[in-house]
Amino acid sequence: MNLHEFQAKELFERYGIAIPSGHVAATGAEAAAAAEALGGSLWVVKAQVHAGGRGKAGGVKLCRSVDEVRAAADSLLGTRLATKQTGPDGLPVRQVYVEVGSPIARELYLSLLLNRDRSRLAFIASAAGGMDIEEVAARTPERILRVEIHPAAGLAAYQCRLLAFGLGLAGPQVGQFEAIARGIYKLYIDNDCSLVEVNPLIVTRDGAVLALDAKINIDANAVFRQPVVAKYRDPSQEDPMERAASEHDLNYVSLDGDIACMVNGAGLAMATMDLIKLHGGQPANFLDVGGGATPERVTAAFQLILSNPRVRAILVNIFGGIVRCDIIAEGVIAAVKTAGVAVPVIVRLEGTNAEIARQQLANSGLAITPASDLDDAATKAVRLAADRPDQAA
Amino acid sequence: MSILLSRHSRVICQGFTGKQGTFHSEQCIAYGTRVVGGVTPGRAGQTHLGLPVFNSAHKAVEKTGADVSMIYVPATGAADAILEAADAGIKLIVCITEGIPVNDMIGVKEALKDYDVRLVGPNCPGVITPGEAKVGIMPGFIHQPGRVGIVSRSGTLTYEAVYQTTRLGLGQSTCVGIGGDPVRGMNFVDVLALFESDAKTAGIIMVGEIGGSDEEAAAEFIHHHLTKPVVAYIAGVTAPPGKRMGHAGAVIAGGKGTAADKYAALERAGVRTVHSPAELGSAMMQALEAPAPRRVRPAHARTAARTVPPVQAAAKRTASRPPARKPAPATDRGAASRKAGRSRKRR
Repeated sequence: MNLHEFQAKELFERYGIAIPSGHVAATGAEAAAAAEALGGSLWVVKAQVHAGGRGKAGGVKLCRSVDEVRAAADSLLGTRLATKQTGPDGLPVRQVYVEVGSPIARELYLSLLLNRDRSRLAFIASAAGGMDIEEVAARTPERILRVEIHPAAGLAAYQCRLLAFGLGLAGPQVGQFEAIARGIYKLYIDNDCSLVEVNPLIVTRDGAVLALDAKINIDANAVFRQPVVAKYRDPSQEDPMERAASEHDLNYVSLDGDIACMVNGAGLAMATMDLIKLHGGQPANFLDVGGGATPERVTAAFQLILSNPRVRAILVNIFGGIVRCDIIAEGVIAAVKTAGVAVPVIVRLEGTNAEIARQQLANSGLAITPASDLDDAATKAVRLAADRPDQAA
Repeated sequence: MSILLSRHSRVICQGFTGKQGTFHSEQCIAYGTRVVGGVTPGRAGQTHLGLPVFNSAHKAVEKTGADVSMIYVPATGAADAILEAADAGIKLIVCITEGIPVNDMIGVKEALKDYDVRLVGPNCPGVITPGEAKVGIMPGFIHQPGRVGIVSRSGTLTYEAVYQTTRLGLGQSTCVGIGGDPVRGMNFVDVLALFESDAKTAGIIMVGEIGGSDEEAAAEFIHHHLTKPVVAYIAGVTAPPGKRMGHAGAVIAGGKGTAADKYAALERAGVRTVHSPAELGSAMMQALEAPAPRRVRPAHARTAARTVPPVQAAAKRTASRPPARKPAPATDRGAASRKAGRSRKRR
């Protein structure tokens, strides 16, 4: 689960992490009032969307008067901002964050995340801030600093010093940095984060260390025990199909293709997408109905798939383990009947009661194309989808 | 022989009286697993499925001599259940539970270092030694005792590999679902090492997926330590970056963990890769019928037959050298693996 910058900065403030003063605003008038309250003569108005790359996409505006702040907010609010991370449709801007402008002397990078190889949290820091950190890591790995945190000892003072000196900080900045790093570590643990990223962490011209940006992701597995953070969820930033899927406990990810898939199990669902591609087609989605699929879930999954107008064929791939194939077949038949499916449905069922299930499908009188194995299913789906260009609109 | 689990394993279930625990314990017992009891705090003295219920894993181990525990405790308490099992002296913990907070597992993984214990999972289908015992949620009937070891991060995709090897008459020695979470117990490398030294296992099928770098670590390990043929499939070639594909661990982050990278690493290590999971069984069949001359011998055989560059031995020597000496040039390593790759292709 992602947080907005203004939400992340609320948490930063609570954990004593130094940030420039700022307020969130939902209208131009609110933004102007925020700028007046903040004072000064330089403000930054930032679009609040769940994506990076806002600056380059025109979502961050530097303003030198309150009128400019109001105009900048009005120009962003109610629009959709497309960055390199959002896809062409972009994400809706419902709030802006108005912040006092900071005189930047240096831009650094700092993040805390899981190092999967070691099963430990690690701070990543770099003096090359404000840039794409993956690019820095790939091109100049020597500019990346890392410290790994022992889960029992926690973040040690020497580790903070290693990072601070490594970043070229000196004097009181070392202590300021340590306070920021400690705040981030505590925030991460307390709120079950999966990422806290500050890019850039800045040194101002008067020598203060500040978090200019703030990105926080929360571990989806832990949201249940984080009621405060859970309130930060903003459904407007989520893919509508993915949001609908989560309401039915279905794992769904939207993709660009035209062959929808419905599969039990995450690995098999990914493999089914890959097979469609391998046979020359394009998957429309990832959809895992779960190991314990019921006819109701199958029906819900069908409705979800069919709400995507691009879909030209549906591939159902079920390996019945604990789940019985005949139960799944019932669900498919019911869904095809009730939803009035107009596109070809290719069904591959294997495992428990597969033979009974195949009979049921054959006897249903519905135009369901049976497939004998994985490759056969993918081949048929790709061919049948290609035969139906009329469905493209 | 087999790995991890046999007909002699004495199994308890934590979360025994819950819906999942009850259903899957019944299935495991029906398969022939020697389930000796279960744990549900506060229910000591009751009998469930004809077996004793205990308040703690400690009491269950003391009274039944259990050495394996399967965990169906809900995600809120599953990390605690793993710690309890380890502390009670269980040797193999199989945690089926999905959705355990990652930060909980970081602590668990650290704490388990204090114990002589193996953890499989969480968020996994479990372990089965066909014809002997199953501990988990996999459908027993698709398995058949045989000679292929299967290790996988996915559940239903494992069943595909099982089903194919059964139909081809190869059967399975043991199948281990290591789970789809980013922080987990046993990894590919741990399971591959066990299969390598298991007399019953002739070949290994490995099913990986996007996210993390465990497949890359496995490739490195296979290159240096395995003599048995390995067939691999990686799911998620078409997965977009940054999206969680069902499993918490299946995310391509910062350009790392792509299927293409993993395939490349495995192919460099001489693994037979397949790009369709439908080919896992037939590729294994071919590998077993015409065993490829391994381009790298395991450490014990290397001094006797030095047909290929002793990459690992060189690396080891480098590591033990005094720091003043320069490490072996990186190009040597590259050349060695390229050469190894070529010799494999010529076959």
